[in-house]
Amino acid sequence: MKWETVIGLEVHTQLATQSKIFSGSSTAFGASPNTQASAVDIALPGVLPVLNKGAVECAIKFALAIGATLNRINVFDRKNYFYPDLPKGYQISQLAKPIVEGGVLTFLVPSTGSGQPEERVINLTRAHMEEDAGKSLHEDFQGVTGIDLNRAGTPLLEIVSEPEMRSSAEAVAYARALHTLVTWIGICDGNMQEGSFRVDANVSVRPVGQAEFGTRREIKNLNSFRFLQQAIDYEVRWQIETLEDGGRIEQATVLFDPDTGETRMMRSKEDAHDYRYFPDPDLLPVKLDEDWIESVRAALPELPAAMQLRFQNDFGVSAYDAGLLTGSRALAEYFEAAARACGQGKLVANWVMGELSATLNKAELDIMQSPVSSRQLGALVARIQDGTLSGKLAKQVFEGLWEGAGEVDAIIEARGLKQMSDSGELEKIIDDVLAANQKSVEEFRSGKEKAFNALIGQVMKASKGKANPAQVNDLLKAKLQ
Amino acid sequence: MSDASLSALAAQLVAKQVSSRELAQQYLDRITALNPSLNAFITVDADKTLTEAAAADALIAAGKAGPLTGVPIAHKDIFCTDGWLTTCGSKMLHNFIAPYDAHVIQRFKAAGMPSLGKTNMDEFAMGSSNETSYFGAVKNPWNTAYVPGGSSGGAAACVAARMAPAATGTDTGGSIRQPAALCGITGLKPTYGLVSRFGMIAFASSLDQAGPMAPSAEDCALLLNVMTGFDPNDSTSLEREKEDYTRDLGKPLTGLRVGLPREFFAEGLNNEVAASVEAAVAELKKLGATTVEISLANSKLAIPVYYVLAPAEASSNLSRFDGVRYGYRAPDYANLDDMYCKTRAQGFGAEVKRRIMIGAYVLSHGYYDAYYLQAQKIRRLIANDFTEAFKTCDVILGPTAPGTAFKLGEKSEDPVEMYLNDLYTIPANLAGLPGMSLPCGFDRQGLPIGLQLVGNYFSEAKMLNVAHQYQRATDWHARAPEGLK
Amino acid sequence: MSLSPDDVKRIARLARIEIDDSQALASQSQLNTIFDLIATMQAVDTQGIAPMAHAQEVYQRLRADSVTETDHHAAFQAIAPAVENGLYLVPKVIE
Repeated sequence: MKWETVIGLEVHTQLATQSKIFSGSSTAFGASPNTQASAVDIALPGVLPVLNKGAVECAIKFALAIGATLNRINVFDRKNYFYPDLPKGYQISQLAKPIVEGGVLTFLVPSTGSGQPEERVINLTRAHMEEDAGKSLHEDFQGVTGIDLNRAGTPLLEIVSEPEMRSSAEAVAYARALHTLVTWIGICDGNMQEGSFRVDANVSVRPVGQAEFGTRREIKNLNSFRFLQQAIDYEVRWQIETLEDGGRIEQATVLFDPDTGETRMMRSKEDAHDYRYFPDPDLLPVKLDEDWIESVRAALPELPAAMQLRFQNDFGVSAYDAGLLTGSRALAEYFEAAARACGQGKLVANWVMGELSATLNKAELDIMQSPVSSRQLGALVARIQDGTLSGKLAKQVFEGLWEGAGEVDAIIEARGLKQMSDSGELEKIIDDVLAANQKSVEEFRSGKEKAFNALIGQVMKASKGKANPAQVNDLLKAKLQ
Repeated sequence: MSDASLSALAAQLVAKQVSSRELAQQYLDRITALNPSLNAFITVDADKTLTEAAAADALIAAGKAGPLTGVPIAHKDIFCTDGWLTTCGSKMLHNFIAPYDAHVIQRFKAAGMPSLGKTNMDEFAMGSSNETSYFGAVKNPWNTAYVPGGSSGGAAACVAARMAPAATGTDTGGSIRQPAALCGITGLKPTYGLVSRFGMIAFASSLDQAGPMAPSAEDCALLLNVMTGFDPNDSTSLEREKEDYTRDLGKPLTGLRVGLPREFFAEGLNNEVAASVEAAVAELKKLGATTVEISLANSKLAIPVYYVLAPAEASSNLSRFDGVRYGYRAPDYANLDDMYCKTRAQGFGAEVKRRIMIGAYVLSHGYYDAYYLQAQKIRRLIANDFTEAFKTCDVILGPTAPGTAFKLGEKSEDPVEMYLNDLYTIPANLAGLPGMSLPCGFDRQGLPIGLQLVGNYFSEAKMLNVAHQYQRATDWHARAPEGLK
Repeated sequence: MSLSPDDVKRIARLARIEIDDSQALASQSQLNTIFDLIATMQAVDTQGIAPMAHAQEVYQRLRADSVTETDHHAAFQAIAPAVENGLYLVPKVIE
């Protein structure tokens, strides 16, 4: 039997606010335990929540960025359950009237073979504001768990997709695109190691052609794209094997263990919670007025999709390259600044995705930490364009820029990297090379094309790489006629 | 013992006829003498009280006294009070020293009013007789075999017994007004949102409201001036201009239209209570008021609606009492889950557990629409009745409770019988309207009878005006129990 | 409607309140008298009536996004049942 995979994702994004969603505590990561847990956060008797405007604004930005409906009146509910990292015994969330409904996310799924990447459009169900829980630390103590409530009350936007993804690759591409978007519009720092972007995957399988969904299992709390892929792949295999062995899938919540690469049962549907949702009487309905929404809209940055189109039009880069260049807002801005500085978008794109990305990766730096500024890269490309530098020389200049040796022209000057433009000087070098390599000359004349390349190599070497390869080619050909 | 009004006490303080320390000491002495028999206070801390009084004396000496600076007050043990044991009448918080001040406490501190201590109450404010307190029942100062009402029973009893010149209370379904009636004092529940709930341990968030309890309406007006006002820490606190609730006290009642809801004078009302309330109506007519019969047809549903909504909110509000961060934790348990279950089984009393279970049930899967949502819809019908009624009257008048104080233990085994005590007070909470109770007589056994006024939203000054004019013409409120030991 | 002892146990479980069979039985009859009282509202026709969650028709006030709290964990943990190294301690949580 052929099986089809069905995946929907629920992503918890920590919103990039200074303070918590219902208290004035800091949301900064990494503080000593419970030092950022106020009376409200630890749920002392009598305390009350007051909503953070910044968190609401983040949700508005997101809705505008995905073309979703913003519920002008939205309501906070209480989700009741007992857990030691949930101090009130309920989580303040939004169930019946979330702030965001609908919207779409468009992205490219890299092809598995050599084909072109494919565009996918995934519908979003909803996104709602809620508070994060604290952390349970199991490792440090014998037989007990330590509770740190610093994270309790950190604002989250839970973004729920429709079950429209059909492979782990698609799910990962969706998650990556969402990650790009939320960091792009500045509502989330995107730091997955610190838990700022956590993914739950609802996975089911069904025979190809069947209309109804299979029974789903939810994989909780995946905090890397790699784990997301591994967990879904494992889960899909497990579900198919179970069904093919005549078993049944029970609805359940499972955890992914990165060490074994397997998912394991956390709780079955039978012991699923009865959350007893009801509107939080401590909070009033949230009203979004049009002026506010419009001012947020006006302040939104250009979004990745719009920028991709513009890059294709303005700089002639391919759709695929435009997609890569808009992988993050910082990268896109870097590219555009460099491209504007020299007017050579395609060449800049090659440099950004080639030498620069490779060097940054090797040094484990991101684009914002690049020692080579966009202005410098633009200047470098300009010197390639005007013939001052060959590609090879340009790489040496790039190394100089990376080391902080100064500006492009200064490095060219100081290191003598200017491409040879004086044909007299070059002719002399060629004559010397020909004289010293009679054997190669004869081989060429007897029809061995390879010998020509050897001669070019010798000339380049003798010129210390400064000769213009095209010019060498022309002159050498002329002399060997 | 002093029967002086708050304004008279304040005048004596400013005139230096008495110091705040001396005044506080007099009340502390009386508390020492009477509390063993009345059990009105859970916590008394003379050192703290006298330190606060000394600070008030310094303010007075520096000429920085406000209207009530130096006048002591007792606080219901539902208000978190920095450095004070704050129990909410529960074993669950028997060891909880609050690390912060409730907004109401902050306001009384800022007004320079020393705290005489924390008054006894029904556990988590759930009760109408003060018998559910973990710290034992409060006795009615008029007859110690009788209950003082609840949940602010300690507050009502201490004011009636003149152990404090005034007290704070809270009212979710009648918890200020009913004990005020049963103890023969004046108590006012303001419009929902006028007094911040921050630091007031939540029972039912959408109904809870703090208010003043004192011998007279004039006292309550002065206290209300201290308590009300916007608090950014409470999302349900209303941003309104500050009012002076004493401004209309002296106005004549000529032309006042008093609405008499026929449902409040129907079956179930004790005859003596009915007679006293009718006499009060006659008194108001003498003062220039007219009466109009009104109908609050849906108010008969107030009790069922209340016993869905309040427990639902309470079941969630009380989830934080889990033995993890403060308060009681069971001594022995097998694992985390067992710790929760034992802590909550041992830490909560029977009535609180009953209401938590009602609340959990009505919110649980499959029952929400039939119970919670239906109750919220009828809540609106009840509120709409009041809106209609206030088109034809300025204030609504009726009994506060269907009877006078009952004997300790008389109703404690029958929750429904107990719940019916709040028949007339609950509708105002559901609508969010201000309500007050004031003494209007005594029954044959010498137990006080209370009269209830319900006003339109933000009409506290008008209600206080009516009550004050009535109290100028009568002396029920001035009577105090005698022979207390 | 009326609650069975099993219903009582289920809601006690939801509320994390330990209850034994005899307590469940005792609670059952008391809860049922209360639910009989509550049942009187079931007959009311509330079609088209908007549920009333709050006394006033007002909207949520929003707080500016700034850090206003400071560290009070020492004071807060002075009243905690069990703490170590700044953490609240509970019996081992098994996931």
